[in-house]
Amino acid sequence: MVKFNRFTLDNGLRVIVHEDNTTPMAVLNILYDVGARDEDPGQTGFAHLFEHLMFGGSVNIPNYDGPLQRVGGENNAFTSNDITNYYITLPSANLETAFWLESDRMLSLAFSEKSLEVQRNVVIEEFKQRYLNQPYGDVWLKLRPMVYKKHPYRWATIGKTIKHIEDAKIEDVKAFFKKHYNPQNAIMVVGGDVKTDDIKAMAEKWFGPIPAGDKYIRNLPQEPAQNDERRETVTAKVPLNDVYIAFQMEGRLDDSYYAVELMSDILSRGNSSRLYRSLVKDKPLFSEVHAYITGSLDTGMFVLEGKPLEGVSIEQAEQALWQEVEKLKTEDVPADELTKVKNKTESTLVFSEMSLLDKAMNLAFYELMGNAGNFNHESERFLAVTAQQIKEHANLIFRKENSSTLVYLAQAVEASEAELTEIEN
Amino acid sequence: MTKLDRQTPPQFNGVENINLIHPESSVLKNGCKIFTFNSGGQDLVRIEWIFQNSRFEPKKPLLNVAVNTMLTDGTSKLTAAQIADKIDFYGAFLQVDYSYDHSQVTLFTLTKHLQATLPVVKDILTDSIFPEKELETFVRNQQQKLQVSLQKNDFVARREFNKALYGETIYGLAAQPEDFQSLKREDLLTNFKQMYQPGNCNIIIAGKADPQILEAVTATFEGAWGEVTTPADTTQPDLQPSAQRFIYIEKAGALQSAIRIGTPLINRTHPDFPGMQVLNTVLGGYFGSRLMANIREDKGYTYGIGSGMSSFKQTGSFFIASEVGADVCKAAVSEIEKEVTLLKTDLIPEEELSLVRNFMLGSLLGSLENVMSHADKFKNLYFAGLDYDYYERYTQTVKNITAEELKALANKYLNFDNFYKVIVGKY
Repeated sequence: MVKFNRFTLDNGLRVIVHEDNTTPMAVLNILYDVGARDEDPGQTGFAHLFEHLMFGGSVNIPNYDGPLQRVGGENNAFTSNDITNYYITLPSANLETAFWLESDRMLSLAFSEKSLEVQRNVVIEEFKQRYLNQPYGDVWLKLRPMVYKKHPYRWATIGKTIKHIEDAKIEDVKAFFKKHYNPQNAIMVVGGDVKTDDIKAMAEKWFGPIPAGDKYIRNLPQEPAQNDERRETVTAKVPLNDVYIAFQMEGRLDDSYYAVELMSDILSRGNSSRLYRSLVKDKPLFSEVHAYITGSLDTGMFVLEGKPLEGVSIEQAEQALWQEVEKLKTEDVPADELTKVKNKTESTLVFSEMSLLDKAMNLAFYELMGNAGNFNHESERFLAVTAQQIKEHANLIFRKENSSTLVYLAQAVEASEAELTEIEN
Repeated sequence: MTKLDRQTPPQFNGVENINLIHPESSVLKNGCKIFTFNSGGQDLVRIEWIFQNSRFEPKKPLLNVAVNTMLTDGTSKLTAAQIADKIDFYGAFLQVDYSYDHSQVTLFTLTKHLQATLPVVKDILTDSIFPEKELETFVRNQQQKLQVSLQKNDFVARREFNKALYGETIYGLAAQPEDFQSLKREDLLTNFKQMYQPGNCNIIIAGKADPQILEAVTATFEGAWGEVTTPADTTQPDLQPSAQRFIYIEKAGALQSAIRIGTPLINRTHPDFPGMQVLNTVLGGYFGSRLMANIREDKGYTYGIGSGMSSFKQTGSFFIASEVGADVCKAAVSEIEKEVTLLKTDLIPEEELSLVRNFMLGSLLGSLENVMSHADKFKNLYFAGLDYDYYERYTQTVKNITAEELKALANKYLNFDNFYKVIVGKY
């Protein structure tokens, strides 16, 4: 049970306070309700590039990181297709420094050309490091546009192409800030060794004077239900073949989410899970195999992925994956197995309460989804799932005409590492 | 009402006291040691069984890691499937972890399920049988995984670096996919019996570790092992550093190059270690470090660059690592050299040094998130043969070391010309 207090400033900033006196630290987490899905199709990757620019100095404070490190604090941020989240941890005695820094960059950025130029390069290197220079690194660049035809989920957070990042202009940065970075589009969570009354005073002092700005009204094209089997095969410089089968599923806010998440656990969580047990151990067809969901706020993805063993054909591999999901469509999940995945989910929720930062991030995200208090009712939602519901949703999701299959074929033998090795003095 | 001053930073306080939780310790009749950190709070507990690795055999390089990884693959009473079912059913997590100096098994469980999960751990630590069929699966899957990893430049750079520093030892091991073929079930069994003994076992309990928890662990493991024969041989062969100091592995078509540059160094037991940690932080140990400020934030050559120190039983190392654009690899290396040299020629300005002091103390405080983190701090000390005075010395050094002393340390330990330099990609 994570207790919290909640208030809203006149300018619309929602604030949640979680008092936890077992730690000498404090966390300040700010979630901005903007992600890659809010980008213009001609300027993808912008929400993430912008996140980098948030560290390039604000209107009154030229350097963001230095003053925070000077008071013993650390920070980071991440961008997803749905949200952008910034967080600071620091000794609670120095919490006001976090308020000072975060409020100034919500007020306005410095918009420095030099910062834009450097961060463009940094993000391009990130693009290469994580998406292009890794085996299978480009999977989401390929799979997303197969699953999504209309919704902006069709591009990855990093962007469709490096070109979009190269083309970013300072005017675009300013417009993006004005549209999305204001108190009405943000949720702040302060947690740790803090008192709600102190936080109220500090929030009024530092964030109260920030103009409310315009509320961004999201109006995204929703993804139409899929009615055709999609397939792509790429030959790539990868060591092993790899098969991905992605299905559309309902978004995170749909009631079905809990049954579908447990379904992915039944298939793939832990060494007792079905895919591992049957396809890696009993009838070895794969060296590794996974099932997971993206948990997106709009239409999500249910993904099956596996690397077939040498000598196993792609057809055999796909067929084996389909056989496993067919079972979910026709047979009830045994009571013991359902209890097992529920128990695991329950204990994971208890373990997540060991981390102050996790608690703060969860409160912010649940508040975005409607109510921070729902975080404390997650267990009940999972415990209520029935075998019947799982079967129902398996039948809705695992259909050929709802599938997008992406196959990586390993390119024929390349020169071995040894042949390319040179040793110089 | 006065206008809010947004230019001047708020007043701040230094970190004065860092209170570390010390464990309760006990020793079982069979020699197994138990350290308990009791915090109250959530009804859960983490229990670790940590064993020193047995002596490395160059002809059987994968033996230690294979034994550790396969501990969950079957005992004479339980199959791998039964072990997994049991642990998963109770919502627990059972992990095996292999590191250079130690192999360990970790159980995370709700305290209400300890009685059900603890016997599984006892079984795997005292009665693992490494079934032939499971070994085949292990070999097949590990070979495939390694093939994928070998396509990653940073993975290859790290291996080449370790191989150069340490040679054919447990630290320098750079297995090839075919090495997995040499694993034999009999060797695994022998290694298991030799190494997983009570005299070589430390149990660390952290969480809501009420007296009943300690009693349950004691009762389960007091009589767990049979008669102890010879003690485990945990000595290790000497390190064999390579004479080659520049290693370039070209990867055709690479968009980025992985860089790893560094040198063997003192480990945590040496009095200079805390001072070197301060120096390391200045150079590349935090987001605002000199390497990040120059090579990422000023030049934009990379998504990330950092330096680090590792401390092992037999040795330590200092290293700088990054993945940089292939076209700017040479430029990045020369900037790294510049930054290392600067530490030797110029005093670190007090403004920067005070920032680093505060950052390091805040970071230490922040790293003590829950009782498990306190247990982790203890492990750092205990396995290095140190006591809690170490953290006292560490915080005093961070607060008081002078710019002159840091410059002297840089001159004593950081000789860029003698560093090992590994590049994987394009140069």
